[in-house]
Amino acid sequence: MGLHVDEHSNYNVLSSIATSDGHGENSSYFDGWKAYDNDPFHPIDNPQGVIQMGLAENQLCLDLMQQWIKQNPQASICTGEGVSEFKDVANFQDYHGLPDFRKAIARFMGKARGGGATFDPERIVMSGGATGAQETIAFCLANPGEAFLIPTPYYPGFDRDFRWRTGVQLLPIQCHSFDNFKITEPALVTAYQRAQTANIRVKGILVTNPSNPLGTTLDRETLRTLVSFANEKRIHLVCDEIFSGTVFDKPTYVSVSEIVEEEPYYDRDLIHIVYSLSKDLGVPGFRVGVIYSYNDAVVSCARKMSSFGLVSTQTQHLLASMLGDDDFTTKFLAESRRRLSRRHKYFTAGLHRVDIKCLESNAGLFCWMNLTHLLNEATVEAELKLWRVIIKEVKLNISPGSSFHCSEPGWFRVCFANMDDNTMETALKRIRKFVSPGNHTAAAQAKKKNKRWDAALRLSLPRRFEELSIMTPRLMSPHSPLVQAAN
Amino acid sequence: MSPTPSKKSADAAAAAATATQARSSATGLGGGGGGAGMRLIVPLQGVVQGRGGLVLGTLIPCALFYFLQFYLRRNRSPPPTSPQPPAANGPDLPGIVRSSSRNFLSARGSSGHAAVSSRAASIARSGDSPYFVGTKKCSEDPYHPVDNPDGVIQLGLAENRLSLDLIGDWLARNVTDTLLDERQGGLSISGLATYQPFDGLVELKMAVAEFMGQVMQGSVSFDPSQIIMTAGATPAIEILSFCLADAGNAFLVPSPYYPGYDRNIRWRAGIELIPVPCRSTDNFGLSIPALERAYNQAKMRGVKVRAVLFSNPSNPVGNLLHRETLRDLLDFVTEKGIHVIADEVFAGSTHGTEDFVSMAEVLNTDEFDRSRVHIVYGLSKDLSVPGFRIGLIYSFNEHVIAAASKLARFSSVSVPTQHLLISMLNDTKFITQYIKTNRERLRVMYALLVNGLKQLGVESVKSSGGFYCWTDMSKFMKSYSEKGELELWKEMLNVAKIHLTPGTACHCIEPGWFRLCFTTLTEKDVPVVLERIKRVVDNH
Repeated sequence: MGLHVDEHSNYNVLSSIATSDGHGENSSYFDGWKAYDNDPFHPIDNPQGVIQMGLAENQLCLDLMQQWIKQNPQASICTGEGVSEFKDVANFQDYHGLPDFRKAIARFMGKARGGGATFDPERIVMSGGATGAQETIAFCLANPGEAFLIPTPYYPGFDRDFRWRTGVQLLPIQCHSFDNFKITEPALVTAYQRAQTANIRVKGILVTNPSNPLGTTLDRETLRTLVSFANEKRIHLVCDEIFSGTVFDKPTYVSVSEIVEEEPYYDRDLIHIVYSLSKDLGVPGFRVGVIYSYNDAVVSCARKMSSFGLVSTQTQHLLASMLGDDDFTTKFLAESRRRLSRRHKYFTAGLHRVDIKCLESNAGLFCWMNLTHLLNEATVEAELKLWRVIIKEVKLNISPGSSFHCSEPGWFRVCFANMDDNTMETALKRIRKFVSPGNHTAAAQAKKKNKRWDAALRLSLPRRFEELSIMTPRLMSPHSPLVQAAN
Repeated sequence: MSPTPSKKSADAAAAAATATQARSSATGLGGGGGGAGMRLIVPLQGVVQGRGGLVLGTLIPCALFYFLQFYLRRNRSPPPTSPQPPAANGPDLPGIVRSSSRNFLSARGSSGHAAVSSRAASIARSGDSPYFVGTKKCSEDPYHPVDNPDGVIQLGLAENRLSLDLIGDWLARNVTDTLLDERQGGLSISGLATYQPFDGLVELKMAVAEFMGQVMQGSVSFDPSQIIMTAGATPAIEILSFCLADAGNAFLVPSPYYPGYDRNIRWRAGIELIPVPCRSTDNFGLSIPALERAYNQAKMRGVKVRAVLFSNPSNPVGNLLHRETLRDLLDFVTEKGIHVIADEVFAGSTHGTEDFVSMAEVLNTDEFDRSRVHIVYGLSKDLSVPGFRIGLIYSFNEHVIAAASKLARFSSVSVPTQHLLISMLNDTKFITQYIKTNRERLRVMYALLVNGLKQLGVESVKSSGGFYCWTDMSKFMKSYSEKGELELWKEMLNVAKIHLTPGTACHCIEPGWFRLCFTTLTEKDVPVVLERIKRVVDNH
């Protein structure tokens, strides 16, 4: 080494990507997550443990899936019935995916969106979960330093998926509670202009529909506004529709694909959809993400990139049969909506009884809960203080709005579909106890300065709200609710 | 891209601009105002030489450039009904449209247009490489001994069909119940469908570590905690690249090398691959002096070399690296303070008398700094299940393991597939038998093909690993050049109807070499292949 000490004194020098915290796991929220990992709730073994309400996982209908797999053993090739297909499946490595799989996904996409639009199997590109899909689309559409506009609050995993390896930036479009967090044209224009002032090239807009974390769906007008804006500025519109099958209430879901089909004068080349089966079907372990682009160049490019996150053919094969079973998918979607609706009603009604309001929502696996009245001042610090009390004393792992880049403190995302009825009941009981007037310990304490938690959980959320938010802080842990939320 | 995000917007914009520039020049796409400008100015100076040559010579191209910009701007915002605006900035005017200066213009929003990224544009044009052309022909008109005896035979794809029957039999014999069978390790739908660790189930890591040890004949044991599972070896290599180098840095790669590296490493990670030519006179063995030369040349260009990447058994040559060479290589990377990536995906697919030596084994026997050593492995080749997408990174560097485990979320293996493989790999009796039988079949096929070729006067490099032989057909080329090689390749594809991988695709410095994969054939196909090659060879 003697000769090259000057240049290589640190031999195991790694890349800036490997050494940066783009993964967001060095955030203080990691400490919060540990509270759950160290003390997870179990109805019998650990009834005092922390209840996980930060994980947007759909476990309400796993029994239906289990039943189907049992009834259709030929679908999984590791059975006697399915083994005859093994050779074709095990060796198939074409990045286009099994034709049956693409057909079944396209059909299911239409169905999950209420049948208002149809999807062409030739435009389906596979990727490793929605995480991989987001990254791939970012790689395809923007160069390092270029930016996408994104309405706040937004899923914090985007900071990692969309930015980490691609070097793409996310610039917030500020949405507010007085508008019910709707995306408005003025806010869109302001965000765009701000980027221009800062000399940042805007390449597109990224929205989630249904929204994560709000649980609301975009109405036709808003979608039109977005599509026209994209057309006018000649920028892309990426719609993350991974929760489209979870719409359990009116208004009816409108996919961007319907707008595209209705209005032929819009330029289709600008529209891209990200989809996944993790939420609608509740199978994140299958790692199935999809990019559906109306732009041929993007389809072709993304398909080549899908080599970096192909879905195992065994899983493709299994899902092709499952999603190809029309009766099953119809029944599954209907039942899943019914159960989500029931759970949502139960949960929001329970909160309502103790005067906690949630943003009115009709989709998703979570509520956007308003606890502003429990803050002693309208600051991020106060929000985090309350959050720490909720984790440590109420023993619920929920996600604070600041991690979603929400511009107003006091909002929290609470997931309700990753537990059974009894656990839900326990969670509600804890909340009720926390906010009940007689309880001077918890709620009141939250309002007071609680120095103890400052020592236990170091939180260093910086002056994000004063800043232009060009560099959004990277928050999230691999296991954090936030991260897993939209995979 | 700057490691520490700057607080002020101006800084951010500047950093972004630099990053853009760095990335576009790294990928060889930067049209580069300066260089291109000079290339225009200098010849024009000659044209207007005499009176104020320098002034006019500078003015004319500037004016031309101005009008070109003007023209482009007018044409850049097509009417809304235009079917494909992104195409406008792709192939037609590549140099100018992708230059970084244009990015800055548009950043001010003077002319919005929805371009795909330059990363995307670069790959969109890769569809005419020999590999794609040949593979397309194979899929359009595939050979079948009975149904389509006149079809194209695929010898360009390193895929092993020789031992698939063994895997199929195992499944039929052992797994009689569904995925959900509680007896098979208490598997239930919630353990199958819900979120699991992104870098692979611990049980799979343990089973794969065991398998790797077995493949390498017990000479070394692997630690499951050093494994990161990925969806195939392709993302494994990309993730490692992202971990070890920044865009614009370079890897040294002994050539000929596997053409997929260009896509896996160059494309999105923006890392340059510098081929280090190996020669036929050395039997295409790795040469340290050549590495040294390439390293110094890169240094002189101001390019930072961050690693040496090599495949062992080599793809496309099929030879194995000797223990001494591996030691020399470790000395080299230690001296230079860089990393080494050993791609060992064919470790279990050896068919010669020579023993395979893993990088991990050399590390065990001598005192080396382990933290710079990384191994890529996968089950696609050695277990013939490429469709299952099982690859892995085996690193001796804890920081790389930590970073890679986070990056693995972009390319995780589906959980049902992991469970299937856990139970298969845990059947050690079957695995032992499989490895043995597979090696035997590889040996038979290899000998059959290489001896047949020899009788036609086609020599191959003596090799002991992989699914292919590396043959010298230079004497049948019309001219000893890349062009001659591609002509011969075309003739093989169109006349003999055989798809081969030409050496140029593997960055081979000597023309006339071809890679022939024999593992997609049956023994009966071999005479057909030989007959077809004979047809072409006899013409020369």
